[in-house]
Amino acid sequence: MMPFDRLVRAMDEWAAANPRVPVEIQIGRGKYEPRHAKFVRLMPVGEYRQRVAEARLFVAHAGMGSIIAAIEAGKPMLMLPRLQAQGEHNTDHQLATAATIGARPGLHVAGDAEDLKRRATVLLGDSGAAPAPISRYAESEFTDRIRAFIEAP
Amino acid sequence: MTKPKRILAIASGGGHFVQLLRLRPAWEGHSVTYATVHAASAVDVAPAPLLTFRDVSRADWWRLPLTLWDMAAILLKVRPQVIVTTGALPPLVAMALVKPFGVRTLWVDSIANSEVLSGSGRHAGKVAGQVVTQWPQLAEPGVDHWGSVL
Repeated sequence: MMPFDRLVRAMDEWAAANPRVPVEIQIGRGKYEPRHAKFVRLMPVGEYRQRVAEARLFVAHAGMGSIIAAIEAGKPMLMLPRLQAQGEHNTDHQLATAATIGARPGLHVAGDAEDLKRRATVLLGDSGAAPAPISRYAESEFTDRIRAFIEAP
Repeated sequence: MTKPKRILAIASGGGHFVQLLRLRPAWEGHSVTYATVHAASAVDVAPAPLLTFRDVSRADWWRLPLTLWDMAAILLKVRPQVIVTTGALPPLVAMALVKPFGVRTLWVDSIANSEVLSGSGRHAGKVAGQVVTQWPQLAEPGVDHWGSVL
């Protein structure tokens, strides 16, 4: 995954302004290393899910892995879409994801770094509705069709 | 149920693999091997085996030979009768490699692509036996909509 320093820097600045709230950031291959928040380059997926489940607020890019993790954990999520122009992704598809999926209850989209910090503060005060819990699996109509494809002679 | 088939369920990391996991009921009862980029994902699929490959994308295309090598090794080990993927570029490489051998291949384009098919998804039509999108508005001749992971 490409670096996303804009998100890391914003949440590190937010951590500096909110020293009593523990903030931990997974920064991947980013160049900016947080000075106020705890950080880790990449945590194993089991640990990652546990952190999402235990957090009061989950802040991430508008990637489907993060979004599905939030929905499966029933955890409010604040997302900042990666932008191609900033070298954060190969395309601007996260804007489309934020517009389509981000409208679900419990999911929140920030327009930019300042908006992200402002919304983080608001959501920690009142996180509103959590995402509706969903099954671990896709709808059976979909998986049944894939099974039919697999089992076709 | 038909005779169990050898399935390779393969996806890159992050959202691609999470979407693949949500499709698991589709191949329950078959002999499935998973492949992705992080060995730690084994906890998600146990007791099914998980193999890993080195990732590549358009941004670091020079890694392609490493991915090609890993894919060939995975295909020789699993000898899949069916390959199902949720993207991205490395599984496309796997599907291209098996194209001459009559393996059934299904490309499920990521739900992240709601406005246009993914870059790899647009090429998938040339190598995959079946391409499906998770968004009804993106269905077109050769690209079906069967549903979505959410």
